[in-house]
Amino acid sequence: MVATTTGPATEPHRPPPAGTRRRGRLRRFLDRYWYAYALVLPVVVVVGGLVVLPLAQGVFFTFTDINEGNIANPVLGREADYDVVGLANYLNVLSGDPAYGSFWAVLLRTLVWSGICVACHYGIGLGLALLLNRPLRFRTLYRILLILPWAVPAFVSAFAWRYLFNADYGLINWLLGSVGLPTPVWLGQSPVAMVAVIIVNVWLGVPFMMVALLGGLQSIPGDLYEAAEIDGATPWQRFTQITLPGLRPVSSTVILLGVIWTFNMFPVIYLITGQNPHTRILITYAFERFFSGATRDYAIASTYGVLILSVLLVFAGVYLRALRSREAD
Amino acid sequence: MDVTSLQTSGRTGAPAGRRPAPPRPGHRGRRSPAASVGLHTALVVASLIAVFPVFWVLVTSFKPDSRAIEASPSLVNGSSLDNYARILAGEKGDFLAWFGNSLLIAGLTTVLAVMLAASTGYAVSRFTFPGGRGLLFFFLVVQMFPFAVLIVPLYNLLLSLGLQGSAGGLVLVYCTTAVPFCTYMLKGYFDGIPREIDEAGRMDGLSPFGVFWRLMLPLARPGLAVTGFYAFITAWGEVAFASAFLSAADESKTLAVGLQVFVQQNRTEWGHLAAASILVAIPAAVVFYLVQRFLVSGLAAGSVKG
Repeated sequence: MVATTTGPATEPHRPPPAGTRRRGRLRRFLDRYWYAYALVLPVVVVVGGLVVLPLAQGVFFTFTDINEGNIANPVLGREADYDVVGLANYLNVLSGDPAYGSFWAVLLRTLVWSGICVACHYGIGLGLALLLNRPLRFRTLYRILLILPWAVPAFVSAFAWRYLFNADYGLINWLLGSVGLPTPVWLGQSPVAMVAVIIVNVWLGVPFMMVALLGGLQSIPGDLYEAAEIDGATPWQRFTQITLPGLRPVSSTVILLGVIWTFNMFPVIYLITGQNPHTRILITYAFERFFSGATRDYAIASTYGVLILSVLLVFAGVYLRALRSREAD
Repeated sequence: MDVTSLQTSGRTGAPAGRRPAPPRPGHRGRRSPAASVGLHTALVVASLIAVFPVFWVLVTSFKPDSRAIEASPSLVNGSSLDNYARILAGEKGDFLAWFGNSLLIAGLTTVLAVMLAASTGYAVSRFTFPGGRGLLFFFLVVQMFPFAVLIVPLYNLLLSLGLQGSAGGLVLVYCTTAVPFCTYMLKGYFDGIPREIDEAGRMDGLSPFGVFWRLMLPLARPGLAVTGFYAFITAWGEVAFASAFLSAADESKTLAVGLQVFVQQNRTEWGHLAAASILVAIPAAVVFYLVQRFLVSGLAAGSVKG
């Protein structure tokens, strides 16, 4: 989806004749593009101003030892008192030192978390979309009910699940206990907590995938299926030869977005298990450094932010390149 | 999404659910009864899982705090409307003021984000201009950075703009998180609208902005509905930015921030928290219900052509 297709130009590009005076060139440039720029300008001002400036400052923070104690405080009228420390933050974090969040172990956990969640989102979402994409009674009702988790504010869902997962009086353990299964302490200090947050995140993320894939299924021409049926294709062949290739444009977009969103899915984990080292992923650790502790460590939090961005950029680059080479085949 | 399906699903705005489904494997009438039972069973089970957590909060919201924690769960246990009455009467904080703030902030975010995303999406879809592709890539990158880590620089920026502590500043911050995704979706939606319509509009003497305002926006209604929903949901339940950028006075909090009072002091008031959660979820559910018939066509167009 990234700049793979850009609509054809309304006006064809004409190479400017050589030797034009600069003002003439600028004038023609504006004549041709001014309303495109006028339409884009508000976004560039708002998003650019509120993203680029803080981002630049955030990147600068990663080279300093800034924290709540030495930052300039306009309210108290205190001057900034932090030092530039070069690459020390990056070296500390990338050394994997537990004092700086055991970066590599947490990165591995983040990758596992993103992989499992997006695979489940996609698999379950595709399954439900296939079920819904056929004539059946109560289709609209099913669709509304299945999309519901998306419409509920995240902190409400988090509360609902914390209540259900409660070890002593939660409904899940009551159900497990009444059929004689073990009743784990779901949200305690153990790897079980990771299972719990993955369940919640899958529950939250399936509706988006389902809706997007359902739309993709509806855009596959029906006569392809009829032709395949006449040719004697089995349902499985129809699925692998028509459905999956037909869904590819939607799939590639939602998987890329899904990975980015899941990688940075902070509210689910933070609201359900809090600062539990067993559910710690990169972004929740950045928050722990940012929000808690005696001195809020803005420098390390920003360093984690930059590292998260780097990991995702590498992922997006590899992913888009793989897509493009597959398209070229 | 191709032009014909856009015309049938998007343009007319007919409820997607009432449209006859396209013929697909398993044509109507050819499905065996066993397959029908299997299909409905799978969908019923999935729907139950989707709805149950919210349903259970609803059940709990009627119970007193002490009964909400019980050894064997029951649907009714001393249930009454007391929790709701107490919250709405303002015994637990100025609930109605929080509600108004949230509605104002989420509403403004929705309107502003949709307007910004629509004009940008249209420009990127229709015109090739230097920087257009770069802008799209920039929007993807924006979603990769954990912005909440930038609360300090954002705080300073809003302070210097004089927007710190005001609803306006928060709305702008929410727009930066909602606009990138909304732009992608709307660009895809505009890509699906045939160019001939633009040209016909220009022939009839409309300016480029006139084409955008009078022709494109009405045609893109399903896409606008979906992006509006996304922007609303983004702003409605957000906690971290809202607690950092609004003043600490009780009457200027949003719901999401105000409700944190129920979970403090190691003693969760489950019954009240549940009732308040339901009250928070209702407006989101209303917005969701209004746009849900557009969701499938709107989201698909965005991702297919994005």
